[in-house]
Amino acid sequence: MLLEIKDLHASIEGKEILKGINLSVNEGEIHAIMGPNGSGKSTLAQVLAGREEYIVTKGEVFFKGKNLLTLAPEDRAREGIFLAFQYPVEIPGVSNTNMLKTAVNEIRKYRGEEEYDAMEFLQMIKSKMKLVELEQALLSRAVNEGYSGGEKKRNEIFQMAVLEPKLAILDETDSGLDIDALRIVANGVNMLKSPDNATILVTHYQRLLNYIVPDFVHVLYKGRIVKSGGKELALELEEKGYDFIKDDSGVLV
Amino acid sequence: MIQTNEINKWYISLFDEFERNLNGGTKSPVHQLRKKAINDFSQLSFPTNKDEEWRFTNISPLLKYKFNPALNAPFIEKEEVDRFRFNGMKCSLMVFVNGFFSEELSEIESIKDKLTIKSISTAIKENNPQIQKHFNKYADSSTQIFTALSTAYIIDGAFIHVPEGIIIEEPIHILFLSSSKDDKILSHPRNLIIAEKNSQVLIIEHYAGLDNSIYFTNAVTEISVGENAVVHHTKIQEESKSSFHIARMETVQERNSCFTSNMISLGGEITRNDFNTRFNGTGGESELNGLFLIDDQQLFDAHTLIDHASPHCNSHELYRGILDGKSRGVFNGKIIVRKDAQKTNAFQENNNIILSNEALVNTKPQLEIFADDVKCSHGATVGQLDNEALFYLKSRGIGEEKSRDILIHAFASDVVRRIKIDKIKDHIENILTEKFNN
Repeated sequence: MLLEIKDLHASIEGKEILKGINLSVNEGEIHAIMGPNGSGKSTLAQVLAGREEYIVTKGEVFFKGKNLLTLAPEDRAREGIFLAFQYPVEIPGVSNTNMLKTAVNEIRKYRGEEEYDAMEFLQMIKSKMKLVELEQALLSRAVNEGYSGGEKKRNEIFQMAVLEPKLAILDETDSGLDIDALRIVANGVNMLKSPDNATILVTHYQRLLNYIVPDFVHVLYKGRIVKSGGKELALELEEKGYDFIKDDSGVLV
Repeated sequence: MIQTNEINKWYISLFDEFERNLNGGTKSPVHQLRKKAINDFSQLSFPTNKDEEWRFTNISPLLKYKFNPALNAPFIEKEEVDRFRFNGMKCSLMVFVNGFFSEELSEIESIKDKLTIKSISTAIKENNPQIQKHFNKYADSSTQIFTALSTAYIIDGAFIHVPEGIIIEEPIHILFLSSSKDDKILSHPRNLIIAEKNSQVLIIEHYAGLDNSIYFTNAVTEISVGENAVVHHTKIQEESKSSFHIARMETVQERNSCFTSNMISLGGEITRNDFNTRFNGTGGESELNGLFLIDDQQLFDAHTLIDHASPHCNSHELYRGILDGKSRGVFNGKIIVRKDAQKTNAFQENNNIILSNEALVNTKPQLEIFADDVKCSHGATVGQLDNEALFYLKSRGIGEEKSRDILIHAFASDVVRRIKIDKIKDHIENILTEKFNN
């Protein structure tokens, strides 16, 4: 098992957001986590990536058998977790290339691999750029600064392609994208899929799942997963809306 | 505790001996200026926090010591100089040790046929007409106590006169090295840079400490930028953390001239820079950029004044501070747009990053606008490293220290990239890396 979440509780500023999450993800799987606004989807993504503002009050998370919660954010990334941000952060003065080169080499160092030199690195990222149809010019620009919404999301997928994570968590990467950008993003995710890695898609809309077919769909509501199923669950949600979950959950919870 | 007026008396009492040691130098017209300046000095008192211009800069630590004027330069090896050269950069070099010009350590022969470059003491002795015309004309000895002290005790500094139409492409690196041995040394570097009509020159004024001793540098630089001339000036301060550095740079710009100033400082115990520039003619362009990085108990104060005395001039100012420990930073940026200075374009920004809980910065933009058809903007920010950005970098596998380093470099880079020469940029990047990787 790649990721195992057991009874995870987390809060921010004293307010409990996650109230007992249980989830198992195996290599080769794509999981979609859906749910209404404020259900805790993004919190789950951020907690897994190691955001310090969230306090885990109860529960356990194992990644490749290791206790994930004791690891610093950078070590989680080095172990193979990647978070595509819902709102990618603008970092003026830091070029995309420099950030990625540093990241790749820090990860390689952690894994005891030799660092890339400038040439090797450039060759490697060139092939990845094609995957998300990213223009060369974006590479030398400051990270996310002045990018359009679509460029920011594509840049996240590009970084994911470069860092080759074991577990990618895409936090509403599909929100706010036009259909062309959505196809590019989905295409990138599908191309990177392998029997060795896994993806968690956090999404609000069923639309993305027309392009990326999940193995499992989970519905998160009020900090708990209240329903799990196959890809047909997403269609049901699309049809009936989240209200039917809310009615259901009264019974379930 | 020594009383402030006792320190005044101390610097006055040294003058007689200083005069005796001038050895014939008392006959020059400059000596009359010295005598007037020591008289002015005796009428003035050292500033306190009650003076508006010194509100946040308490200089009493400087007034604890009775500094002695350096009498001669200690011998230093060439390797000591090399430490502070810009690796691989072709340039002319003037080296001063404790304020005294060192011919042996300097390399100015190859450009002597294009311009006048020499120690100012020689120019004074020779009665160079440019001294008569420009010296002490822009920096005011009668009201500024430290400038009065500088003029009273002037011995040496750089004298550079670029004739009309001459373009000097190789930078001129002026390096001031300081070190106190037994006595606590005071030096008064005094520079005069004159760029005549249509000329161009690039100057690096570089202050460096050879060790961690306590010394006091009281520097004054006067710059005259002639019509359509271009002067690029970079000041670098990498001195002893126990040193005191008080500096004034006064620039006068004629019509269509261009002046850029880049200041990079690691501070001392107390550093105060007064950088003032004045547009004497229309169409001038001025850029003032600064970056200071301080920690522990350091105090750094940047006072700038851009005097838009003529219409159709542009000024652009960006100062940034990075403060750690219990350090104190001050930025006071004054822009005056005089009544006739229509179509002025003035932009000013000051941003500061505080890395600790105890560092503090006081920032004060000061715009005085008397014309009605002008564009002026200013802004000031004080903040911490962006936590969102820090988490973003860490989530990509970059360690905490490295992530902080990247963000600090990025913050500094907006100032550093304005320096035109890559070798100098490299030197500064190295300073930054060393500073934050400890």
